[in-house]
Amino acid sequence: MNRTIVRLTAQGMLGGRRLWLLGALALLIVVIAVATRLLVPVSEADAAGLLRAVAFSTFLPLFGLIVGTGAIAPEIDDGSIVHLLAKPVSRHTIVQSKLLVAIGAITALAVVPTMLAAVILGAGPQTVLAFGAGALAAGAVYSVLFLLLTVVTRHAVIIGLVYALMWESLVGSFVPGARSLSVQQWALSVTESIAPAGLVTADVGLGLACGLIVGGFVAATWYAGNRLNVLTLAAED
Amino acid sequence: MATLRIEECSRWFGNVVAVNDVSMSIGPGITGLLGPNGAGKSTLLNLLAGFLPPSAGTVTLDGAATWKNPEAYRVLGIVTEREATYDFLTGRQLVVASAELHGLADPGAAAQRALATVAMQDAQDRKVGEYSKGMKQRVKMASALVHDPMVLLLDEPFNGMDPRQRLHLIELLRGMGAEGRTVLFSSHILEEVEQLAHQIEVVVAGRYAASGDYREIRRLMTDRPHQYTIVSSDDRVLASALVADPSTAGVSLEDGVLRVQAREFLRFAELLPRVARDADVRLLEVSPADESLESVFSYLVEN
Repeated sequence: MNRTIVRLTAQGMLGGRRLWLLGALALLIVVIAVATRLLVPVSEADAAGLLRAVAFSTFLPLFGLIVGTGAIAPEIDDGSIVHLLAKPVSRHTIVQSKLLVAIGAITALAVVPTMLAAVILGAGPQTVLAFGAGALAAGAVYSVLFLLLTVVTRHAVIIGLVYALMWESLVGSFVPGARSLSVQQWALSVTESIAPAGLVTADVGLGLACGLIVGGFVAATWYAGNRLNVLTLAAED
Repeated sequence: MATLRIEECSRWFGNVVAVNDVSMSIGPGITGLLGPNGAGKSTLLNLLAGFLPPSAGTVTLDGAATWKNPEAYRVLGIVTEREATYDFLTGRQLVVASAELHGLADPGAAAQRALATVAMQDAQDRKVGEYSKGMKQRVKMASALVHDPMVLLLDEPFNGMDPRQRLHLIELLRGMGAEGRTVLFSSHILEEVEQLAHQIEVVVAGRYAASGDYREIRRLMTDRPHQYTIVSSDDRVLASALVADPSTAGVSLEDGVLRVQAREFLRFAELLPRVARDADVRLLEVSPADESLESVFSYLVEN
């Protein structure tokens, strides 16, 4: 971890328009919760279903895509990454520092609003905590996956969008086997284990889910550092 | 003392060969990397800077490869041609961040020293995004100098600079060269390189073409067969008078245009007016037929 890189990344990622976009998305989760609460009677199960559909299926992948790519993609695109690469700093340190900022951003702007939405929908403390834990797990994994994707390919946003929209929402709902490779299912498994019994069901067992979350997170972080170490800056002449 | 060494190095991008079997050694003092646009100068600098792996051969700094070796940046300072920087930072913040990333003991003081070196102290609290091209170049320079590197690599540093900034940079680099640092800069302008570099390395079309001090390069470039087209009051008389002298390699007179191939630039320059006067022929126009830099460079490659 390097404080200077954390500071530069946070300034670059959250200064300017991206912060407004993320803030607006965060507000939207809360607004949906408030509107639902005002318009229809909501049971604990309804709340869980809504959070699952809105926060887990849509917002978290989208946030992960924005912060995971946003932490490093602009610098790679315009070449300003040389400022970091031309320094005696381990590439793993660069990746870890940027990842910290991405996870911080997703926690503040997606995990906390998800928990807030749960509270607004009238969910009990246990359910709120369960969705918070699940959202944090999903947010962390999405952040690192999309950050890795950005270091590996210039088409990270397209591939990320296809994954977030197609794989997580569509393929998962038609092909049961695909669900065990869905970050959303891993996160739901974490939520299921904390929430009151029967409220949330996940297709992946808790042990497998935790293993995949932790293993995937560590492996992707390490591999992103390795790939950054061999990132070539294309010559322009 | 630091030495950069490129040995039998090639770099290709797909089917395009950008650097073709180049070997050179760059020691202390100022070295100019001269070549036309697209000659592979930037690729060579990127290889030296450790931003690209060579497809074949080795690139080392004091014996250690620069690729995949972040520790090399303790010794290396790099100023790229790309303009992109962290536009949201002020000049001072950018240089302080560089100092911190280098792990310097007192980043603030190091940054002030570097900013003073490039005369950017007055503008240090403005955002980099608001700087002119020349100011950006200087603040990038300060950022590259903040750790007092033994080796400095600069890609086309004089591009976009006004004469005053140019002079300032020349002085700065001369000072660094005199201190025994290794300075390598690229340029496609002979005069620029000649003015500053002790040693010149010429690359053309990805290949090593020539090296030496500026006198040798200048001689290689001027002492070569030159072609002139001449318009005079009597081309036929002038042609026959010129062909009598051994410094004329050939004369042709086609469609009323007199073309002369001279063996040696200096002798011919002296010969032509004398012969014309003796033959009582008025020279109306003398123009070199192949003076473009490209033809000079390609001549160097052919030899």
